Amino acid sequence: MVIGGGIAGISASLDLGNAGYDVLLVDKLPSIGGRMLQLSETFPTLDCAQCTLTPKTVETGQHPRIKLVTFSEVEDVKGKAGDFLVKIRRKAAYVDWEKCTGCGLCQEKCPSKNPSEFERGMGPGKAVYTLSPQAVPNKPVINPSNCRYFKEGKCKVCEKICPVGAIDYEQKDRFVEERVGAIIVAVGFDLIPIESFGEYGSGMIPDVIDGLAFERLNSASGPTTGEIRRPSDGKIPKEVVFIQCTGSRDPERYMPYCSRVCCMYTAKHARLYKHKVHDGQVYIFYMDIRSTGKGYEEFIQQGMEEEGILYLRGRVSRLFREGDKVIVWGADTLTGKKIEVSADMVVLATALIPQNSTKELAEKLGIAVDDYGFLTEAQRKLRPVESNVEGIYIAGCAQGPKDIADAVAHANAAASKVQGLFARN
Amino acid sequence: MRFASVGVTMDYLYFPGCTLYTKAKNFDQTARNCSRLLGFELKELPNWTCCGATFPLATDNLMALLPPSRILASAREEGSALTTLCAVCFNVIKRTNRLIQEDGEKREKINNFIEKNYQGDLRVVHYLEILKRDIGLAQVKEKVKKPLEGLKTGAYYGCMLLRPFDEMEFDDKEKPTLFEELLEALGATPVDFPYKIECCGSFQSVGAPDVATECAYKILGSAIKHGAELIVSTCPMCTFNIDHKQADIKEKYLDFKQVPVLYFTQLLGIAMGLDYRTLGFEQNFVDPVPLLKQKGLI
Repeated sequence: MVIGGGIAGISASLDLGNAGYDVLLVDKLPSIGGRMLQLSETFPTLDCAQCTLTPKTVETGQHPRIKLVTFSEVEDVKGKAGDFLVKIRRKAAYVDWEKCTGCGLCQEKCPSKNPSEFERGMGPGKAVYTLSPQAVPNKPVINPSNCRYFKEGKCKVCEKICPVGAIDYEQKDRFVEERVGAIIVAVGFDLIPIESFGEYGSGMIPDVIDGLAFERLNSASGPTTGEIRRPSDGKIPKEVVFIQCTGSRDPERYMPYCSRVCCMYTAKHARLYKHKVHDGQVYIFYMDIRSTGKGYEEFIQQGMEEEGILYLRGRVSRLFREGDKVIVWGADTLTGKKIEVSADMVVLATALIPQNSTKELAEKLGIAVDDYGFLTEAQRKLRPVESNVEGIYIAGCAQGPKDIADAVAHANAAASKVQGLFARN
Repeated sequence: MRFASVGVTMDYLYFPGCTLYTKAKNFDQTARNCSRLLGFELKELPNWTCCGATFPLATDNLMALLPPSRILASAREEGSALTTLCAVCFNVIKRTNRLIQEDGEKREKINNFIEKNYQGDLRVVHYLEILKRDIGLAQVKEKVKKPLEGLKTGAYYGCMLLRPFDEMEFDDKEKPTLFEELLEALGATPVDFPYKIECCGSFQSVGAPDVATECAYKILGSAIKHGAELIVSTCPMCTFNIDHKQADIKEKYLDFKQVPVLYFTQLLGIAMGLDYRTLGFEQNFVDPVPLLKQKGLI
């Protein structure tokens, strides 16, 4: 069983499926793809995340040995390596997935519009939804807290429109039990919410957004179809400030660790912005530039030298709104000067943190988490994918911040450990 | 009585601090008069001295800690809660009290020097905190005789009440609202402005007056821009920079418009129905009387 259908979970599942093992891929969301599906382009090659990921999600969905169990959560785990008994809660989707053909009519006609979580609150989401048009599996779910029928008892538009009668408002959570030989936990990460940063407006300034929101703005499938338009008034921002290490490397107040991907994705954001808004000015406030991957340093240098991105070494002490501008108070510690930028939009490279549910899941599995809630490996250097329970392995950002390449490598390693375990028995 | 039920004394030991006997007599007098109307008594500490005016940041800080420690120790002999008005004094005394509570070694050394045995068990509380937490703003509102209707007021906190956040524990670090809540209770319209927690320039007004003038210009300009007709302060140092220096600001920045700055207790006095001639407006550099008259408040 692989828990978590992000790029790590998908990679591990495909490895194991291709090796001839049956895989149960469990994801709490309606479809697989995870965080990577939210990204626009990826560093250092600037290729489209969805273009590289969608073939993988489709392959996973169609793989004869991989069974997708999406919109589901692991309830309980018993047994030991080679013979785990897992209980899975299949959350009520209010749509009969057996009948549903994925035609998308219900989503089109649904009258309820709410900020979409997938779009980081910037685009409208329907009450009956799939995460993306390329969702795997392409089956919608109904969110009762946004659905007019569930809230007001009237509507049922989706039921009327559905050509196969798949809508089922009476559906309840179901429980299924499965026997599996090994478990890979690849439940990924979250971002520290921008509401945590009082000095940066507590999330109350509309044009202060986080990195994932910028990914959605920049994504061709996002709320602005890839045009960089700021959330408050839809104008194209001409001065954009990026603040690295927001909540990272700050032991006194937030997370003491380095989130590893922010230097690179901020450089990527800045370059993508410059590709779209040629007369725009980018300021990046940084503490250090950590670009230790293959081709990463070159990527940063290119941004500085060829694209005129202004790097300022220093932290930002405050953001506040003045008219339609966001005032940025920062310091340039190399010249020792105070800097004030009147920006049109600010992007915070917020710290990577574990998913809320990781700790609870770890308790069910009997595996350890560290002080921050990331899963703990058996040994820091020599056993990076094993948990402290035999037969349970960890992969990707659930263990700690990683970029895509590292997450995939980590997942590949976990899959090979599983194969080793099965070969022994 | 509400106090008995929550176990809070009705009397507070009161440390005025030097400026409240000189440049900020209006702050002192109005605070005393208002407290009586609100049902608590400020009992002035006998034989008080200067608090030292800055909390020492050097490692070798013993000498600078002695004056506030002496104040605290002698206050403990008189009662259990000490209040101040000046934000600087409050900062120094509260932080020293905390240090005495938490650092046993320092506590012993200080006690040896001042020949007392003070354990840090005094409650150090600002006058604003008394209004909010002990009396309750609802009670304050009930006592209002003349609601300050239509008075757009910028609450200027400055730094000393709030920083360092973990030690002062006064209000939210970045978005304090206590001051605004009081203004609302008095019937005024609080005006939020981004510079409300920024530094006034403090003692720079002595060594580098241009720096302080610029700070004050930005603070006042921001408040006015956001609609404030009047600014309230809780610190004689801040008031010196943002009120008494307005002539200098005017000289340096031609677009600057003067704006009255009051101590919050003066505003409290108007709302409590005190005669405005007893509120010490003659000590305010920019005369608030025309504005208050225009608003029909006096």
